[in-house]
Amino acid sequence: MKAGPSRTNRPDNTAFTQQRLPAWQPILSAGIVIPGFTLIGLAFIGVGVALFVTSQKITDLEIDYTGVAATSPCFKCTSFAAENCMCQMEFTLTTLFEGPVFFYYGLTSYYQNFRTYGVSKDGYQLSGDTYYFNNPQDSCAPYQYDSNNNPIVPCGSIANSMFSDTFQLYQVVNGMKKQVPLDGKGIAWWTDYNIKYSNPALVNGSFANAFSGTVKPVNWSKPVYELDPTDQANNGFLNQNFLVWMRQAALPKFQKLYGRIAEGDYAQGLPAGNYTLLINYSYPVISFGGTKKVVLSNVSWMGGKNQFLGIAYLVIGSLCIVMAMVMLIIYAKYKFTDDDEDM
Amino acid sequence: FFPWLVCRWRGGDCWCRTVVSNLPYEDQRPRNQPNRRYAGNAVKTNKYTLWSFLPINLCEQFRRLANIYFVGIAALNFIPEVNAFQPQVALIPICVILTLTAIKDAWEDFRRYQSDRELNGTPCLVYSRSQHGFVERRWKDIQVGDFVQVLANDIIPADILLLHASDPNGVCHMETANLDGETNLKQRRVKSPFDPLSFNATVICEKPNNNLNHFKGFLEKDQIKIGFGIESLLLRGCTVRNTAAASGIVVYAGHDTKSMLNNNRPRYKRSRVESKMNKEVLCCVFLLFCMCLIGAVGHVIWLKTFSSVPIYFIPDSDGNETPSVVAGVYRFLTMIILLQVIIPISLYLSIELVKMGQVFFITQDIDLYDKEKDMRMQCRALNITEDLGQIQYVFSDKTGTLTENKMVFRRCTIMGTEYPHTENGESGKWVGQLWSHQDTTVGRDNILPALPMDRHRHRDSTAGIPSLAFSSPLEREVIPDQNLLWSVKEVERRGVAGHWGLQGATHLEFFLALAICNTVVVSTETAQRQRVRVRGPHNSSRSRGLLPECMEGLFAQFPCLRQLSSCLKSVSCRRHSLSEDPVQSTLYDIPTSSSSVVSEDEVQASSLAGPKEVHYEAQSPDEAALVHAAKAYGFTLLERTPSHVSVRLPSGTTLTYEVLDVLTFDSVRSRMSIIVRHPHTKEIILYTKGADSGIMERLRVIANKTQKHLDMYANDGLRTLCFTRKVVSEKNYYDWLVLRQGAMAAIDRKDELVRKTAADMETNLTLLGATGIEDRLQENVPETIQALREAGIQVCVLTGDKLETAVNIAYSCKLLDQQDLVFTFNTENTFSPALRREVCKNMLSGTLAQLPLYDTQEAKVSVGLVIDGRTLGLLLDSDLQEGFVQLCTHCRAILCCRTTPLQKSRVVTLLRSKLGVMTLAIGDGANDVNMIQAADVGVGISGQEGMQAVMASDFAISRFKHLKKLLLVHGHWCYNRLANMIIYFFYKNVAYVNLLFWYQFFCGFSGTAMIDYWFMIFFNLFFTSAPPIMFGIMDREVSAAVLLQLPELYRRGQHEGGYRRSTFWIAIADAFYQSLVCFFVPYWTYKGSDIDIFTLGTPMNTASLFTIIFHLAIEIKSWTVVHWVIMVGSVVVYFVVTLAFCAMCVSCNPPSDPYWTMQEQMSDPMFYLVCILTTVVALLPRYTLHALRGTLVPSDHLRARQIDNMPPHHRDLWLQEWKKLKDLCASYPSLSSSTAQRYSTAQSPSLTLVQDPSPALAQSPSLTPVQDPSPSLVQSLNPKLAPNQGLNSAAL
Repeated sequence: MKAGPSRTNRPDNTAFTQQRLPAWQPILSAGIVIPGFTLIGLAFIGVGVALFVTSQKITDLEIDYTGVAATSPCFKCTSFAAENCMCQMEFTLTTLFEGPVFFYYGLTSYYQNFRTYGVSKDGYQLSGDTYYFNNPQDSCAPYQYDSNNNPIVPCGSIANSMFSDTFQLYQVVNGMKKQVPLDGKGIAWWTDYNIKYSNPALVNGSFANAFSGTVKPVNWSKPVYELDPTDQANNGFLNQNFLVWMRQAALPKFQKLYGRIAEGDYAQGLPAGNYTLLINYSYPVISFGGTKKVVLSNVSWMGGKNQFLGIAYLVIGSLCIVMAMVMLIIYAKYKFTDDDEDM
Repeated sequence: FFPWLVCRWRGGDCWCRTVVSNLPYEDQRPRNQPNRRYAGNAVKTNKYTLWSFLPINLCEQFRRLANIYFVGIAALNFIPEVNAFQPQVALIPICVILTLTAIKDAWEDFRRYQSDRELNGTPCLVYSRSQHGFVERRWKDIQVGDFVQVLANDIIPADILLLHASDPNGVCHMETANLDGETNLKQRRVKSPFDPLSFNATVICEKPNNNLNHFKGFLEKDQIKIGFGIESLLLRGCTVRNTAAASGIVVYAGHDTKSMLNNNRPRYKRSRVESKMNKEVLCCVFLLFCMCLIGAVGHVIWLKTFSSVPIYFIPDSDGNETPSVVAGVYRFLTMIILLQVIIPISLYLSIELVKMGQVFFITQDIDLYDKEKDMRMQCRALNITEDLGQIQYVFSDKTGTLTENKMVFRRCTIMGTEYPHTENGESGKWVGQLWSHQDTTVGRDNILPALPMDRHRHRDSTAGIPSLAFSSPLEREVIPDQNLLWSVKEVERRGVAGHWGLQGATHLEFFLALAICNTVVVSTETAQRQRVRVRGPHNSSRSRGLLPECMEGLFAQFPCLRQLSSCLKSVSCRRHSLSEDPVQSTLYDIPTSSSSVVSEDEVQASSLAGPKEVHYEAQSPDEAALVHAAKAYGFTLLERTPSHVSVRLPSGTTLTYEVLDVLTFDSVRSRMSIIVRHPHTKEIILYTKGADSGIMERLRVIANKTQKHLDMYANDGLRTLCFTRKVVSEKNYYDWLVLRQGAMAAIDRKDELVRKTAADMETNLTLLGATGIEDRLQENVPETIQALREAGIQVCVLTGDKLETAVNIAYSCKLLDQQDLVFTFNTENTFSPALRREVCKNMLSGTLAQLPLYDTQEAKVSVGLVIDGRTLGLLLDSDLQEGFVQLCTHCRAILCCRTTPLQKSRVVTLLRSKLGVMTLAIGDGANDVNMIQAADVGVGISGQEGMQAVMASDFAISRFKHLKKLLLVHGHWCYNRLANMIIYFFYKNVAYVNLLFWYQFFCGFSGTAMIDYWFMIFFNLFFTSAPPIMFGIMDREVSAAVLLQLPELYRRGQHEGGYRRSTFWIAIADAFYQSLVCFFVPYWTYKGSDIDIFTLGTPMNTASLFTIIFHLAIEIKSWTVVHWVIMVGSVVVYFVVTLAFCAMCVSCNPPSDPYWTMQEQMSDPMFYLVCILTTVVALLPRYTLHALRGTLVPSDHLRARQIDNMPPHHRDLWLQEWKKLKDLCASYPSLSSSTAQRYSTAQSPSLTLVQDPSPALAQSPSLTPVQDPSPSLVQSLNPKLAPNQGLNSAAL
């Protein structure tokens, strides 16, 4: 403190220190609330209608192929003995299934969000760091090393349990099966494909050599560098289906994108007619009470078919309007008596 | 280490400390030093050293339960089966908290270390045998037994027994401002002559203790014991004044000194809200336990649903699955980690921050700033601000608290003749007017320091030290009574100085007693205290320019002051000439002749006769007033030393009395005496002054007339003092002296013995006369009491004054109303203790039996209770306590008189514990310290009587009226703010954490979090921490102006309206609801889709943030800029930080991978729709409820807010309407207002209040229930319990 002439203990007389800052003091009385409720209600009903209409336009088709029932074509594949079992499901479209159509596979009672399951991967390994090829992180245990103590790549439970069914969709045209192309490109997140995951550098010009000294996950039939025999670029950690699988589903009932139908004759959608879905059935779900399905869906700006949001908006909007009316009645009544008393 | 061992070894008693001189042992090794066992003078207040810091600090931090909780959680995370997050990451919160606390502690400790080092290194003078003189050493080198010399204006380095002073009388003056804030000089006296080299006595004194006003011991030298007390002890930390040099032997050093032992840390009080909050925290623990249990059981059940092992299960290292029950136990622990935030540990930190902010605003309040003393409101206890908003009982001292404690000599009676001093009364008034005028006009323009009348205040405001020595104009300006002055003149003319005839001598003796019989110190040479100076030439030139105009303006407004103006001008001119002096001059030596105001020639001549002006420093304002009164009649106290006292008589001659002894004042005797030898007659004369209760029974002749005058004074609310004189024969005196000296040297029961000897001397006194001193009420005291009462606060006044004085003040400050039914409990002294007890019991039971009669009638009589100290002592006994407490609850006002400090605190403790009420005690003097410490909230008034009360208090204010704003505004605000903040905090944590809990139902209760752990940390640390703190510091429901106008708004806090158990559970229920909405709206939206964990968590997190922020927005009552910035800022920070984190963290925190999730979501319109819907649905119930409540059942607070929003003139109209309405409502249950009185008398004919026309004659309004069926009850109820009536009731 400087010993100036004005040195006193007197507090500053400012609006802040004296707690006299100009303040807006909203009072929640019916008079202000009614217009507010009305506005919110109207806006919500508007949004709700838009959402509902949009959602109604979306069509989706679910085909359960678990094969629990003996009548199901895939029933034969549910027994343990079945190896490389193929089954096919038939379905008919009466109208054009408007494109672009997204092809999902769905699982239920499948807890990808189970905590120890979710932990079981090695992010460094998946980012192509070869050090972790030979030394997978402990989080992958017990899918860290195989019984011969060879490191597993990709290690961990998530990779190990990768969904292994494959699908082919055919349109039956005049008794002939015409394959509907399923575009499996670009179904994973852009950041996953380009930043988060990357393959190891080629060793001696060979991709497979980069993985030498490692073994494939226990449940896998092919090593990771041979996931897609048709497209060399779609192998390793950058395999699109692998990327989709590695992004763990939030809820035990989920679907994952398998491909898009956006090419050739089917760019406008699936025309009406009979279709056959050929399934290479290998993924066991019945043991834990799960189901498998295939979902065909076209999407809008709001994603897949979801009635909930539209309905919720409509309900809440209406509720607000009702509230506004109730308030109005109360306010009218009380305003009256208030006037009597006070004025 | 083993004190008993030391004692045994020394062969002495344990209660004492023996000190001998160190000089003979100067060259010897420390082992042989006799005083080596006593602490040295080096002080060390720092707790840590560089090396011990880490272990000790950590150790201390882990003593806190919260930290242990944190560490336990973090440790759990290291168990692989249990962990919920990466173990390293889970350590972050505890590390952050420990580090921050450690840094704070280290910094504080370093500051202490620095100040210690500076203090220890201060130079001082210590006697050295080898150099035969005092040599310079450092403070830390001083040992007990050293001889230390302190020069003028030096700070005393240790507690030193004074053995020599440069003053020929052996007096040393000491300023204790550093110690207790009292700025008047204290005298210290040499008891024994001394020479360092030959000093061979042994000092035996008490063990170190913290009593600043007490010390005893003796010097033992050749079998002679010389006793000494506190008056010979120089205290460490004080400053030597007016004395060139003083030296003595160190008896206590370093940490043993009284100042260090008094140096307590700020005490920790736990506020009521906080202790209640702790219970809610336990509720949270219970909640957490339940949720974890649900998780564990759920997990077990979930595991049981699987007949075989699913593909996504992870077997342990052996390839086996964990048994489900064990897994359940693991999940229980995992859940604790996951949901730990539900126990709001950060709440404690936030509360501390909030209270810091609240304290800042309270101390900043300009309305609580006292211009005169240049003092702000001080908050000494930092953590009970909100208790101010819940006060139910206020216990107040009277003198200095309700009244100014600036005494005005008002009237006196000499030999049965009363001198009313009518002019004096008027002068007091216009001095007061002048003051208030200055306050308003001059003060506003900030030219306050220029007025000469205002000298005293001027000095204070420039220097910033509290007022000292009671010499305000009020005390100095005494206008003599014409008749008395004439008779004094007559008497003096007739006799030669000192040889007046018997006739009329009493008049002179009376004034001599006034002048002599006190402990007032005359300080003429003030050079030593030049600390306070006139400001530099720059300022004085400015004031010189302004002064004449403002003076003119002043006199134009007050024509009655014109006669004053000449005098004032002359003084102000002198001031200016002084100020022009380039050398700064003190303000002390400016003569302000009080009597120059009066036109009486004689007086003027006599008082201006001396060349030097005197300045009095008194320890009590009464003394100052009396000395000034004597001076006004020409009896000027010129000098006082321990050995003699000089008085100038009106004739100009100076009488110098030899002072033989001073029997100091104590509250048990309630009188003081001085024994002097007359210079001419050589008679030994005892002058005694004291309260009439302490004097009247010791008189030779009963003085009925004087007693009547005294009663009249008391009824006028004046403080009375009687003056007596007694001539003591030489023989009697010397006989007595032997006893006295024996008593002084005693160590055991010394106080008692000294008191007894004093009482022995004070017998057979001859009454000279009595004085009536007015202690005026402080400004706005009645208004303040009125407002407190409207706020539902019971006001009790506990005073040491006599009953009549106290009752009178109580009426004038509106504590008691003329319409009140007043019960007076006063048992007479003449009864035997057993009888008194019986009477008291009967009175109590009678009153209690009668009270329901008044309560049940629709017109409730407000009851006042007046209790005398002796009766209070009986009532506080265990068997009557219950009745007394019950009685108190029925009384609107309680007034206890003649109470001792202990009784004051017992009343507070009793009511506090029996009724469970929140109490506040306010006082200004040392006698209030007990009470202040006993109450929940202690408020000290930094007044005239030193700083002890302030030192003991939690809050210090400078005027009683400040209590109004402190409680009604700040207390109210603080309580509401804190209560709302705490509730909100609980809500916030539950609402957020429950999101995770609901998710457990969809992930097999496995403890997965769908929100990244970093986000959870950030959420509490950055996104939602600032708004509640700001809410707790700054929210304002009702403005200060309206709160002051409508004190009844305060009642909410008293009944814990802001923070009930129900409020807590409603908040928790709301939190559950909101978290359900925040979870399930996104859940249903994304159900069955291909959304991944963290992408689902993003809208939940965002919606939760919006809900939590908007929830607060609903609760915030007034939006200032700060509110907007922090609220909007929090949302902005959320998005910025989240986006940045999501963009940077590719795989930095496995297993969670929030990478790009926020960006992904924000590019999806659904995200916004989900967030909007969620927020609206979550807040709809609360918003609707608020809106409905605002319309259907508007609370008083809401109405007050509506009033607040009105334009000013409307507002005033409304407030009037409101008050009228309230009065109307109040008139039915109570009799408080005058309109109510009308109603009630009409409605209840059975009750008639007989109002005595002159309250000055009746002791209290009496009550006669006209149609009372039981006559015995009438008697026992009659509040004016005369002794015989008391006897009757006792017999019944």
